[in-house]
Formats: sequence, C-alpha cells, structure tokens
Amino acid sequence: MKRTITILVENRFGSFDRIATMFSGKGFNIHSISIGETEIQDISRMTIVTSGNDQIIDQVVKQLNRLIDTIKVTDLSDMDRTERELALITLPYQKGSIEEIKNISDIFRGFVVDINNKSITLEITGPPAKINAAVNVLMPYGIKEMARSGTVALSRGEQLKTRKMKVA
Amino acid sequence: MGQGGPKLSGAEIFFECLKREKVEYIFGYPGGSTLKIYEKLYDIDFLQHILCRHEQGATHMAEGYAKATGKVGVVLVTSGPGATNTVTGITDAYMDSVPIVVFTGQVPTSLIGNDAFQEADIIGITRPITKHSFLVRNVNELAPSIKKAFYIASTGRPGPVVVDLPKDMINSSTEFVYPDTVDIRGYKPKYTGHQNQIKKAAQHIASAKRPVLYVGGGVIMSNATQELRSFAIEYGLPVTMTLQGLGAFPGTSELSLGMLGMHGTYWANQAINNCDVLVALGARFDDRVTGKIDTFAPDAYKIHVDIDPTAIDKNVLVDLPIVGDVKNVITELRKVMPGKPQVEEWMKKIQGWKKDCPLEYEKGDGKLKTEYVLEKISEITKGEAVIVTDVGQHQMWAAQYYKYMHPRSNLTSGGLGTMGFSLPASIGASFGVKDRPVFSISGDGGFQMNIQELITIKAYNLPIKIIIINNSFLGMVRQWQELFHAEKYSFTNLSKSNPDFVKIGQAIGIESYCTENPDDVDDLLKKALKTNDRPTLIEFKVVKEDMVFPMVPSGSSISDMLLKRLNPQRMV
Repeated sequence: MKRTITILVENRFGSFDRIATMFSGKGFNIHSISIGETEIQDISRMTIVTSGNDQIIDQVVKQLNRLIDTIKVTDLSDMDRTERELALITLPYQKGSIEEIKNISDIFRGFVVDINNKSITLEITGPPAKINAAVNVLMPYGIKEMARSGTVALSRGEQLKTRKMKVA
Repeated sequence: MGQGGPKLSGAEIFFECLKREKVEYIFGYPGGSTLKIYEKLYDIDFLQHILCRHEQGATHMAEGYAKATGKVGVVLVTSGPGATNTVTGITDAYMDSVPIVVFTGQVPTSLIGNDAFQEADIIGITRPITKHSFLVRNVNELAPSIKKAFYIASTGRPGPVVVDLPKDMINSSTEFVYPDTVDIRGYKPKYTGHQNQIKKAAQHIASAKRPVLYVGGGVIMSNATQELRSFAIEYGLPVTMTLQGLGAFPGTSELSLGMLGMHGTYWANQAINNCDVLVALGARFDDRVTGKIDTFAPDAYKIHVDIDPTAIDKNVLVDLPIVGDVKNVITELRKVMPGKPQVEEWMKKIQGWKKDCPLEYEKGDGKLKTEYVLEKISEITKGEAVIVTDVGQHQMWAAQYYKYMHPRSNLTSGGLGTMGFSLPASIGASFGVKDRPVFSISGDGGFQMNIQELITIKAYNLPIKIIIINNSFLGMVRQWQELFHAEKYSFTNLSKSNPDFVKIGQAIGIESYCTENPDDVDDLLKKALKTNDRPTLIEFKVVKEDMVFPMVPSGSSISDMLLKRLNPQRMV
C-alpha cells in the first residue's frame, strides 16, 4: 500500500543524500520523491511516496526521525491532506488530432504550454490518480516525453502547526 | 566575520576544541592534508598522539578506548587512502554503537570534485555507516562542527561521526569561540521513559511466573550495571546477556544464565523459549540472538527498553515498548514495582536445564583446547581483566568460559564481526585502562589481519597480554564447512602458510612464547600477568577439530540447538 510521508529537513549540504542513502541502504521503496523550499528559509520540505506493510512504514518513519538533519516526519497517509502532482506531457499531433488532444487536456483542466509544427506539450496538475488517468487517455496519441514532479502534499492544518514551530 | 574570540588558525582551533572535549589520546597517522595539524601537534602537551601502523588500526584503537572507558575515541587521518582505510573501523563502531569521532583530512575546497591527488569523497563513502558527518566548508563552522560531532557521537545511542577537514580550512584563520551548548533541532534524544509504560512493565514483571531479563550492550553504554544488578537481585530475576552485554551482570552469580543465542548456553536459550515475560534492556533482537524470529520467546509478553526508537519493532514485534535511557528506566521501574514475582519453581527449572547440558569439552586427553586456555585466563584473572577478543571460535568460547565480573571488560566486534579487531582495540583499551590487565585474544587468522599493530604495541611498550589461539585454521568457517558445507575445507587451512608467530614477536622485540602442552598454560599466563611494563605474546597451539557448542544453526529456532559434535542431537 502506498504511503505519503512528508519530512521537514535542514536545508543543508548532504541532508538529502542521507535520506536517499537510508532508503536504499534499508531496502525501502521510493515511488516518488520531491523536495523544495518552505516558508522558513533554512528548512526544506520533502515528500516521499513509499510502500510497505505497517511494520515497514513504522521503520521508515523511525529511521527518518533518527537522521540528525530531519526535523519533523509525518506519515500523512491516514490524515486529511492535499496531494498534488504536476506533469508535463509532450505528444506528436497530426491534422485533426490537435483538437482532440486539447479537449482531453481541458477535461483534465490542463494547459497547452508549448507547441511547434510537430508536437504539443500539456501541463496537467492534480492528485496523482488524476495524472494517471490523463496519461492513460493520452497514451494512444503516442506520448513522446513526459516529466512528472512527484507528489507534494500537506496535511490540512499543517501550515498552522509549522508557523507555531517557527515562533518556538 | 567577528565572533569575538582570539584569532586562531584552523589547526589551532582543532586542538582548542579537543582540549575542551578533554581528549586524552588521538589515534592517527599523518599525511599531506593534515600536515598543518601535525605541525601544531608537535607543541601540544595536553594530549598524546598514538601512531598506528594502518588507519584501520587507529579506528579500532579508538573503539577499544571508547568501549573500555565510555569516553569518545578520537581518530585523525589524512585524506584519500588514509580516510578510506578507516571505513571498516567506522562500520564496526556503527554496528556496535561505539562513540568515536574520526577526523579526516581533505583536499582544499577549491579542488574537491576534481579527482585531486589523494582525494576521496569520504563523506559520501561513510554516509550509511555514520551516525552523522560534517564537511567543514567554512572555517567559522569548524569549532561548532567539532562540538556537535562529540555531542552526537556520545549522546543517545552512541555512534561514529566523521568530520572532514579540507586543507584550506585547517590553514585559514578565524576568531575562535567554542559553543557552550549544542542545540540541534532535529536531534533530541529521549532519556526518560514513558511513566505509564514503566508502571505497566512493573506490573507485568511483578506478576510473572517465568521472567527473564535479556540484557544487551545498551546497559553497559548507559552505565546502568549497578541499577541492573540491584534490580535483578532484589526481585530474583534471571539475567541472560548478549555478546555485547557480557559484563553487565557478574558471570558467577546464580542469576546469571550467561550468553544467549547462536552459541549461547542451553539453559539461557531454554529460559527464553519458556519464559512468560521477557524484558529486553538495551538489546536489539539481533539475528544471532533470536535465530528464527517467529519462534523467539513464543509465549512471552515482550517488554523492550531502548534509547533508539528504531530498535523497537525492527526485528521482533513487542508488546510494550519503552523508549528511554536504560539506566533511567530501571531506576524508575524499581520505584514502581508492586511486588516480587514468585520465581522459585522457575529457577529450579533453569537449574535443571543447566545440569542437563552444562558447558563442557573433552578433557584429559592431553591435548590443548581453547576452552581450557580461556577457563584458565578467567580463573587466573578472577574475571577482573579486560578481554579484547577477535572474531570466530575463540570469541564464542571467551563469551562462554570467561566469567566477566565488570562492565567494559569484554571488548569485541559483535555486529560487524571484524577479524583483526582485537590487536588494535587492545591498544586503545590499554591506554584507557591502567588498573586492570588487558588481554588481546585472537585466532591465527584474525591475528594476521592487523598484525602490523604489534609494532605499535612494542613502540609504546604496552603491557598487553597478546594471546594467539592457533589451530592453523579459520576455525569458525571450518566449523560451518564441516557441519553444513559437505566438509569441503575450502581455503580455511592455514597450516602450511602460517608464519612462525614467536619469531614475528621476537623480530618486533616482544617476548614471545609458544606451547601446545596444557601443563604450560598456567605458568605462561602467570608470567604474562606479572609483566607490567611491556607486552608478552603467547601462542597456544590448540587442536584444530574443536567446535563451538551449543550451536543454533543459522535461521533455526533457538529451541533447535546442536549440543554435541559429530552426533548432532536435536533437543527441544
């Protein structure tokens, strides 16, 4: 079963590597990983989608907590949360198919972000399941290239907690 | 950037920091990247630098010192090969939770990543085997990094920390201020256990009919042996120890069941099999202890006390976890114990198992056995010595036959099983412990793995009793080959290639003796014990066919012990 774990981590040389090394060294799965800045200057937020039974996930969370550079580890899987992923998908088009592709993009509330004489690039944002659905529908058109950001997630109310921590 | 202190060079700051951390010894080896530190070291008198002969040796020395004293062991090596040579020792320290800080030289920051001469990404290489590491990239970070390194290495569950020092950081200057305190927001070890959990544990222990304390190295690390002894004696609780836990409880006590696990005693493993409450104290349910996990202490209510939350539910799911410092938790437990468990029947049962299958070996055939040598060492030293063993058969026999009376007396490579550990580790122990004899005990195989450190022993004339148990074989591997690998003694026979160990000792200037006669053992050991100003080497040529029993074959239930040689008898 897939689990979404979010980690607040020191934005420091090597801290990302320690997390990645721990996952590979312990044989834990990583389905996706994303990292970026937060509202606090020297803290990054990492979202990792992993999988495993309860005992494994328990270990993943504990092992993450054990790392010196991780500040807060939360398993969001059973929490009320917002999850988003962004995909850039480039497809070839022929006369006629461009309208179809654009229609599909609209249904998924995507945008056309680039186009040339041969191909069209869509940007689609949403929960990972929605991206998967869009990819499935677009597959028959022959996806030339795709880049997915990996999941980012926040628990509802998490922002408030983080602000509290900042004060402390 | 002004910090308000005197302006010092990186090398000077390095020593100022070590002074404040009360470092007595550095185990190291100089090289190009650390020249400036060694230049400064020339005038330093508040600590002693011990010159190893190979950087792996230096890390084991630091481990030996740390395990024997409880203080942080310090290593200083140069970049590239100097750094990579420390990897085995760092891994060993990581597996056995030994607090060491390893300072590695590094090429100047401007050259990092350029494949410069003697460059190695030691931070990258050691990432999975360190508790933490620091690459100092700004001289202002030097003092805070060193402060944090010592703090992280020695607190919580101890472990190795690497501090990588680029040459330009050592050479440049800044104002020196040593931080008084450390505050790392992602690292707050929890020392006190949850009060309700402790109360619950106390109730379970008090109402147990067949309780066992399963004690690991954590009890020794947290200096909880006195608390453990009082607790066990007060409530009549039998104690079994892991390899790293030996010494936590006196081996001669009625309540001591000796070691458990793969080569544990029959009665310890039977007690585990039959107990109704198991209290794991600073132990981690290692596979060499548990055997097949599903059948480990199958009927027991399992209580697990450990300072490291990851140790809990990692291998064996427990009923009652308590995260905290063992010393603290035992103290609290004693305060809330509602009563004493009734264990007379249980102790009788354990004594019965002990009578059924005591530790024994063939005597009276005139041949020299390792068990006999270790029994003699135990007898002559009254369990008071510091025993530094290597890895293999002799290590297990030492665990079985040496009656450790004190904590920090059994120094051995448990988790990693590093052959070549004993000789260098005994050097660190010898510097750390002056009031008790230090024995280095190795097999003929492991002895050759860090044999160069004999030169270090002689260079400092350390009064180490160097014991070589020579059966001309890689004995433990040979044992597995005989039992499980169709008696194909593939590459374990050293009889044709072993050197003359006595001549090697003599060439280095160490008084060296050799015997294969059991009658000589006593005299030789006593002679070594009397020699307190220089090392003594004794080679005991023992029989090669001897095997360590009891034995739980790898992956089997600990109820399935092999008890005898050649006619393996399964007892349930």
